[in-house]
Amino acid sequence: MDGSDRLLDRTPGVEEHEATASYLSYTAGLVLAILATIASFVVSQTNLLWAPGIPVGLVVLAIAQIGIHLVFFLHLGSGPDSTNNILALAFGVLIVFLVITGSVWIITNLNSNMMPMTAQ
Amino acid sequence: MLGRLSWDAIPFNEPLPLLSGAVVGIVILAILVTVTVKGWWPYLWREWLTSVDHKRIGVMYIALGLVMLLRGFSDAIMMRTQQALAVGDAQGYLPPQHYDQVFSAHGTIMIFFVAMPLVIGLMNFAVPLQLGVRDVAFPTLNSVSLWLTATGALLVNMSLVIGVFSRASWWGYPPLSELAYSPDVGVDYYLWSLQISGIGTLLTGINFVTTILKLRAPGMTYFRMPVFCWTALAANLLIVAAFPVLTATFVMLLLDRYLGMHFFTNDLGGNQMMYANLFWAWGHPEVYILVLTAFGVFSEVAATFSGKGLFSYRSMVWATLGICILSFMVWLHHFFTMGAGADVNAFFGIMSSIIAVPTGVKVFNWLFTMFRGRIVFKTPALWLVGFMVTFVIGGLTGVLLAVPPVDFVLHNSAFLVAHFHNVIIGGVVFGALAGITYWFPKAFGFTLDERWGQASFWCWLIGFWLAFTPLYALGLMGMTRRLQHIADPSWQPLLLVAEAGAVVIFAGILCQIAQLYVSIRTRERRLDLTGDPWNGRTLEWSTSSPPPAYNFAVLPKVETIDAFWHMKRTGRAPVEPVYESIEMPRNSPAGFITAFFAVVMGFSLIWHIWWLAILGFLAAATVVLIAGWNIEREHEISAAEVAQMERAR
Amino acid sequence: MAIATIDRAPTAIPTELARGRGGGGPAPKRIVVAYGFWIFILSDMVMFSALFAAFAVLRGNTAGGPTGAELFNLRNVFIETMCLLLSSYTCGLGALSAELRYPGRFLIFAAFTFVLGTAFLVIEATEFAGMVAKGAGPSRSAFLSAFFTLVGTHGVHVAGGLIALIYLSAQVIAKGLQAAVLRRLLCWSLFWHALDIVWVGVFTLVYLMGAS
Repeated sequence: MDGSDRLLDRTPGVEEHEATASYLSYTAGLVLAILATIASFVVSQTNLLWAPGIPVGLVVLAIAQIGIHLVFFLHLGSGPDSTNNILALAFGVLIVFLVITGSVWIITNLNSNMMPMTAQ
Repeated sequence: MLGRLSWDAIPFNEPLPLLSGAVVGIVILAILVTVTVKGWWPYLWREWLTSVDHKRIGVMYIALGLVMLLRGFSDAIMMRTQQALAVGDAQGYLPPQHYDQVFSAHGTIMIFFVAMPLVIGLMNFAVPLQLGVRDVAFPTLNSVSLWLTATGALLVNMSLVIGVFSRASWWGYPPLSELAYSPDVGVDYYLWSLQISGIGTLLTGINFVTTILKLRAPGMTYFRMPVFCWTALAANLLIVAAFPVLTATFVMLLLDRYLGMHFFTNDLGGNQMMYANLFWAWGHPEVYILVLTAFGVFSEVAATFSGKGLFSYRSMVWATLGICILSFMVWLHHFFTMGAGADVNAFFGIMSSIIAVPTGVKVFNWLFTMFRGRIVFKTPALWLVGFMVTFVIGGLTGVLLAVPPVDFVLHNSAFLVAHFHNVIIGGVVFGALAGITYWFPKAFGFTLDERWGQASFWCWLIGFWLAFTPLYALGLMGMTRRLQHIADPSWQPLLLVAEAGAVVIFAGILCQIAQLYVSIRTRERRLDLTGDPWNGRTLEWSTSSPPPAYNFAVLPKVETIDAFWHMKRTGRAPVEPVYESIEMPRNSPAGFITAFFAVVMGFSLIWHIWWLAILGFLAAATVVLIAGWNIEREHEISAAEVAQMERAR
Repeated sequence: MAIATIDRAPTAIPTELARGRGGGGPAPKRIVVAYGFWIFILSDMVMFSALFAAFAVLRGNTAGGPTGAELFNLRNVFIETMCLLLSSYTCGLGALSAELRYPGRFLIFAAFTFVLGTAFLVIEATEFAGMVAKGAGPSRSAFLSAFFTLVGTHGVHVAGGLIALIYLSAQVIAKGLQAAVLRRLLCWSLFWHALDIVWVGVFTLVYLMGAS
């Protein structure tokens, strides 16, 4: 036994006892995530938000909910020994951002330079 | 019952593939028979095929890479010969249908089954030793990676005699690679062999990122790691970031071909440009995976053979990380001509030029390392100097190509072919050969023969420049790449020079084979008894040659950069440390057996033998589940055994 | 040349070396395993991002066929989302139980997680089957190819996770909650939460934006 309790609620790869979980933490995360989900559906299906702002609103809510997952379910904290994890996450986020926005920018640009197509 | 496989798949009416297939088959049979007759199977199985030792795995990767170099190079010399002969009215000897397979196989094999295995092999062998630890983070996974890579190599080579290989180049652009234009098995061989070996490579990336960040000797802070480990970290971060993109891209093309989807088809909304975009989003980081490792090798070689610490360690680290991040922001330069607007092209052109800056920092650091050093011109140092000249020139032609209007003229011309061979051969191949020469004594206990090594270097260097300088000129004269027939007879003299260069490179390869043979024969004369044949600076040289399975009986306590150099300078009379028992991972057949079933699955998918594909997949999954059930996977080497092995050094 | 060994008694690594600058020596196994799996998850996220990029680029290429707005049933998507979210919750509670060494409670929460995950898959499979029956299968248009592949790949990951959950639960029953088993459960719960994160992206970018 390596003397570690609270193993499963450890942030991946964290050295010390930090950001440990509890029933409270998971429940809070669930409630917040449910609220964010409902908010997303409401925003997209009603005209609560000014129409052109809906995509932005949805993206913001999605990012918020991902953050909720990372903090409350994955226990990604801000202590010194989480640095490797945060850096890895930041690297991953950068790559995801580059792949998606890069592709969309490039292909939109390329598509706009295509000859008009006959109706399919 | 056998899908679309039939006797027609074997090229009975085509002498070239039939003959080469027969030769290869006979060689393989001869090897298998020899091994059986001499009773070497138990040894091979126990010590190599089921080994999870990073040193053994590294050696096997490099062996795979070198063997595949022979295959890739024979493709190269076939192309050179065809282009030298098929000028004007002459038709050469290689019909277009075959020529297209040859250049597709050449690129695929050289990138995926020569360069990657060589680079990964060097990382496998050296990184844990340099970090002062016993193995990588996930040794069994390491074995799986090796054997899945071998699976891919096997599948590509099977296409030589059973079916055809892709004719769609090493990129596989749709619509050519779609069913409508490539209905045969060629593209499927390409896709499945790369998907399977891609899994292996991704696992390697995960393994090494974890190893370098979480497993280092006590006291080895990040800024005390050898530079080779920094470049290995950057390269493996790129593997983790880029290979999933390739996996997804190939999944989409496979879905188009197998399930009639429309990601990249001409009809029903497919967008072929998206394939090119995603392929190169992987493709550019891929070449940096290769070259960063080579840079790391040269950093080690420069310092060791100049007798000086590497100049400006910190700027080297920041330059490495800078290249790592920037390499993910330049990929559009591979398709400037696909029709993007000036703003998009300009952005990526500027980023491509910027990435030359940290590269330049590295070059100057190597130069300043050598400056006022006491340079020992053994073979690795020759490769270093050859690299610095060759790679820098190749890099400069790259910066030229990074200017979009220039690229509009030179895209996919022979100039481009010369450029990327310039940087890949000058950078990656020279780096791999330097690394192999450098670490060979550590792996096998004796150094390689110097004279044959120097001969092979000069053949490679002269051969490379002879073979590719004409291509720069031809590109500027308008010759495109991948030509099976040359219409303009004024190009022939240059193509003949290029052919001569290929022959000189071939001589270099022969020198290397001779070097290996002679070195083994006369190894008693060049035994490495101290473990430190080059007066090295990093921790691997503190072990015996070859190191014991556990690398270090006691993990070294690191206090500086160039930890071993520091130990040597401040070394006291050796006192026997207190040995403790060491836990090492057991060997595992999981990698080898999973890969076997992966071959079955891959081959069946290619030939549409659905029942066998499912069986192969289930068998591979079962092996994984069975291997995973056993959680007691270490064995202990007692303190007494350790003491005995250490005393025998 | 004599090989020098360090013969001083090993001094404690000074604190400023041990933390943050990475001089503390090789990390314990659970940290190594967890970090490695974290890197794997990030690589999986990159793969999904390529599929998302393809979807983003191809979403308008309906080739005269049905669009998302015509096909998506947002009520079912909401139910699916709740199933997956609740399964993340029960996964977390299962993790807590395992940590506190209550195998029975862990298995109960694992069962709940399995049921909720299966419910998600059933709803999704029904949705797919319905679309195919309407002639809106993945070979109808590039948009539908991208949709089926992105959402389907997520579904395949969920299915794989459920199979792994059965396998790991069997290990818990057979071997108890020992360290190696706990490490794997940690990896599994990381995977499950990550899948829920991907689903947030899917329901937002594919369903909600597609339907409005």
